[in-house]
Amino acid sequence: MKIHLTINGIPVEVEAGTSVLEAARQAGIRIPTLCYHPDLKPFGSCGLCVCKQEGSAKILRACATPCAEGMKIITHDAELYEVRKTIIELTMSTHPTSCLTCVRNNKCELQKLAIEYGIREQPFKPRLRERVVDDSTHIITLDPYKCIKCGRCVQVCQELQGVYALEFIGRGDSTSMSPAANLPLNESPCIKCGQCITHCPVGAIYEQDDVSLMMKAINDPNKIVAVQMAPSVRVAIGEEFGLEPGEITTGKLYTALRRLGVDYVFDTNFGADLTIMEEASELVERIKDGGVLPQFTSCCPGWVNYVEEYYPELLDNLSSAKSPMMMQGAVTKTYWAEKLGIDPAKIYSVAIMPCTAKKDEIRRPMNASDYKDVDVVLTTRELGRIISQYGIDFKNLEESEVDSPIGEYTGAATIFGVTGGVMEAAVRSAYKFVTGSELDNVEVNAVRGMDEVKKGTVDFKGTPVRVAVIHGMANAKEILDEVRDAKLRGERAPYEFIEIMACRGGCIAGGGQPIGTDDEVRAKRTKGLYADDEKCTLRRSHENPSIIKIYDEYLEKPLSHKAHETLHTSYKAQKVYKDE
Amino acid sequence: MAFKNYILVCGGTACESSKSDQIYKNLIEEAKNQGVADQVQVVKTGCFGFCEQGPIVKVLPEDSFYVQVKPEDAKEIISEHVIKGREITRLQYGHHVRKAYEEVEDIQFYKKQKRVVLRNCGKIDPENIDEYIACDGYKALEKALFEMSEDDIINELKIAGLRGRGGAGFPTWMKWNFTKQAEGDVKYVVCNADEGDPGAYMDRSTLEGDPHSVLEAMTICGKAIGAHQGFIYIRAEYPLAIHRLEVAMKQAREYGLLGKDILGSGFDYDIEIRLGAGAFVCGEETALLQSIEGHRGMPQPRPPFPAVKGLWGKPTVINNVETWANIPAIIVNGGAWFASIGTEDSHGTKVFALTGKICNSGLVEVPMGTTLREIVFDIGGGIANGKKFKAVQTGGPSGGVITEENLDTPIDFGSLMKIGSMMGSGGMIVMDEDDCIVDVAKFYLDFTVDESCGKCAPCRIGGKTLNALLGKITEGKASDEDVAQMRQIALAMQKGSLCALGQTAPNPVLSTLKYFPEEYEAHIRDKKCPSGKCKRLISYSIDPTKCIGCTACARKCPVGAISGELKKPHSINTQVCIKCGVCKETCKFSAISVK
Repeated sequence: MKIHLTINGIPVEVEAGTSVLEAARQAGIRIPTLCYHPDLKPFGSCGLCVCKQEGSAKILRACATPCAEGMKIITHDAELYEVRKTIIELTMSTHPTSCLTCVRNNKCELQKLAIEYGIREQPFKPRLRERVVDDSTHIITLDPYKCIKCGRCVQVCQELQGVYALEFIGRGDSTSMSPAANLPLNESPCIKCGQCITHCPVGAIYEQDDVSLMMKAINDPNKIVAVQMAPSVRVAIGEEFGLEPGEITTGKLYTALRRLGVDYVFDTNFGADLTIMEEASELVERIKDGGVLPQFTSCCPGWVNYVEEYYPELLDNLSSAKSPMMMQGAVTKTYWAEKLGIDPAKIYSVAIMPCTAKKDEIRRPMNASDYKDVDVVLTTRELGRIISQYGIDFKNLEESEVDSPIGEYTGAATIFGVTGGVMEAAVRSAYKFVTGSELDNVEVNAVRGMDEVKKGTVDFKGTPVRVAVIHGMANAKEILDEVRDAKLRGERAPYEFIEIMACRGGCIAGGGQPIGTDDEVRAKRTKGLYADDEKCTLRRSHENPSIIKIYDEYLEKPLSHKAHETLHTSYKAQKVYKDE
Repeated sequence: MAFKNYILVCGGTACESSKSDQIYKNLIEEAKNQGVADQVQVVKTGCFGFCEQGPIVKVLPEDSFYVQVKPEDAKEIISEHVIKGREITRLQYGHHVRKAYEEVEDIQFYKKQKRVVLRNCGKIDPENIDEYIACDGYKALEKALFEMSEDDIINELKIAGLRGRGGAGFPTWMKWNFTKQAEGDVKYVVCNADEGDPGAYMDRSTLEGDPHSVLEAMTICGKAIGAHQGFIYIRAEYPLAIHRLEVAMKQAREYGLLGKDILGSGFDYDIEIRLGAGAFVCGEETALLQSIEGHRGMPQPRPPFPAVKGLWGKPTVINNVETWANIPAIIVNGGAWFASIGTEDSHGTKVFALTGKICNSGLVEVPMGTTLREIVFDIGGGIANGKKFKAVQTGGPSGGVITEENLDTPIDFGSLMKIGSMMGSGGMIVMDEDDCIVDVAKFYLDFTVDESCGKCAPCRIGGKTLNALLGKITEGKASDEDVAQMRQIALAMQKGSLCALGQTAPNPVLSTLKYFPEEYEAHIRDKKCPSGKCKRLISYSIDPTKCIGCTACARKCPVGAISGELKKPHSINTQVCIKCGVCKETCKFSAISVK
């Protein structure tokens, strides 16, 4: 149904249910906001989107008010300007003005509003609290000193992720964003997904910057630096340099890393192909041998943290296959080191990830070599910064190729970055493993798209494989409860394979990605990865010649003893509150 | 069996804190000791309203109204009144100022009151369902279940023109109707008993004195909108009200008036109590619903309104205690009866908690349209200690001051709004000439700043900043620009805050600025506090012509700021003085003045 209204006299036609805020945007009118985020339910804390209806003194919040037929909305007038400006000034009076040293300088929504409203001085007496930074995780830093209490992080953690690590503590003027029960973040239920970072409008939550660790290794003549980057990085990092979201920058990225001084440039996508070989084989084995089903994907470390905390009964449902990053790290320091005759002690293994939880994952005891298979994880944002610092003109960089033999990838690997991608890639190979023939159409549309829970059945020539794909951690609860409850009853929930990714949209919208992610950006990045898949001549992991080679030369076959030693891991229940 | 006498002892929180429970026990004990246990029935009732004079004991059938009764008076009440039939003059209200009143209704305090909401308070034993039933209790429910359709019930409320008594005055029938029409199998009914305005205790007294009236009304609402579950959200600081509600609910269940198949009608309905931890903001309906759900009590943006998406996302009616208590009377007597009380704008009565610098503080219920002057001077008996009236604050921390010039304003929703105050839930605080108006504004703002949930920026930061500017005024450090900033912040809070707490928080400031500009100016330009309240702006001094050097003040001064030789005029060291005022109170020769 269409609704007709006017906004500042401009006639607008919108779908029923559209908010005044969105309708105004469609009419080319921007209403300022600080707490609103299209991923979240209207919260109403910033007070900036106040609007009026003609002839009424009543104030409405554009974010929370659905359009109604015949409405005459006023979004801007002298009074609303005064109100907004005062609220911005009040908000600034409790926020430091140390923009130059802030991680979000230039990407801060409050800063933008201060610029727009031409605020040249602080009319209200600043009241800042003592700065106490929580860097207990050494991954995600909470800096409540800068927090404007918009509530996005709390909402994202509770409603989108269902984790409840963040909460408001205290009341009134002493309200602060804090880990639940005022614990340090590392003792809270935090799964390190980093969605709080990407949703924060200011610089109150950010990743620990590990760039210096990589640069130290690069500058150490005794170290051989080998780097890998996740699929999602290539369709997002361009945003840091003014490119459109979704633009595929794989070749530029390889070049940029080499310019930074990296010795070998590999690709996590090779690890993803390897993951499919192992994970799909594991699924086939579980189905054939009556193993624990459904099998869950295990490539998302945020999800692994979540299941270890909240559903320890389901740990044996998790695929024992390591994530692509950890597989890539493992073969770098074993197979590749042996092949080149390099002492793995000399290799410094760097992973560029769209994710903060990946920084957590490398601490898990799952190394195949005698060293850390991955030494450091840098997020897309961190890499973006160092590329700028080294004066590299990313936008105009020439492209280069990945290093062999653990760099080449298929289209199946690159779609790991989107929700449904792991499932689709696994189906492409599992089909072959079960039926002996290739899937005609490699594109499995049932698992594509932004529906929070996608279900479907793939016919493996008479064997139906029931699959489910979930993204956004909170959306998993229903199916996880179903699987657990069935399991506790001694039964099995009606699925064979379930893919779960903690972040909405998958890794393309991970907690380490460029700031400013919403569904529009997600769609563009997703499109980029599907385009990357389509560009590949080989689109099934088992067709990757380098994969075939590594099994021939080193791993023997999927799920072999050697493969298990190198590429598989185990899980352990975690306490929800670590200090218990 | 009929008794010779019925002795009603006030069991409200105020009287209980003045040992009325002991009076009650002593009366029973004395009746036994003096052998008349079979002739008297001692009943503990709800609040009589005349709290100034508590504890109150009323003896029927003589209607003797005994005030400020002490536990040791029980013996005499039994021996003199019950046995000998002689009223005890010394306990009767007003005996020392004029002749004892013949009828309770003649007492000035009660004369202009009309009790609809409080109809059973001070009349029945709230812990005895039979007494409620004897006073037409549950008659309305019976009527609603068996004689009225859902629409009939809502229509009766429409005819009555009942508006919500929580403050905003939204028509109750519309709320019910929206909820009835909202889609959903499950709907809820909620009673907001999170009363929290400073000095207000209307809802507490209603629940303490007549809990069944609320239970009955909520059940009627359940029938009207198609809900089967009600919740009473009450602050944990109201233990007596909670206890009486629990007793009432238990008795109602035993009588088949709550639970499955009520009175054989096939209608199922039950009520649960949810305790609030005392956050004022939880009186805001969306925050209250959050709190019931177990979340942090923070208001939510509206729409969606609770009538569409309320408790656990289900359509929900939420009304406050006083609104509920009106409903059984409306159903029994008809909407037209209710509409005949009050003014065109506002029907029925309103309960106020009258406090402050007033002779008769207490709980008063008056027809809408009664003037403030009648409440303050007739019912309230005027200003205590012969001081001059300054202003009265209605609407608690959300309202504003009303001055002498507006005292003849009839009390109804519209009229109060017009003069910059509001009905609010019913707190009414009277101020006299000794009160500093800036200090009063600061008192209310201190309260709202303290009680702000901290969710939205305009209220959280605006309130705190506004309060700091007010503080500057009381310290004599403010300038005219500060007042301009105050107005700027007030506008941002009114327009930008998420809930009524923040939207109305600047009202006391704005209304005092409007009605007492000269008093603000005195603080800002002359650095003086005319009422002598703002400590930073006053100093104490001793008039050497009056001081006889008795040393009394010097001995009382807690900081040793007063010195002087015996029998010689003393002096105050203003550097040391903390302006506590003890010296002035102590001096018998009016030698100490404050400027």
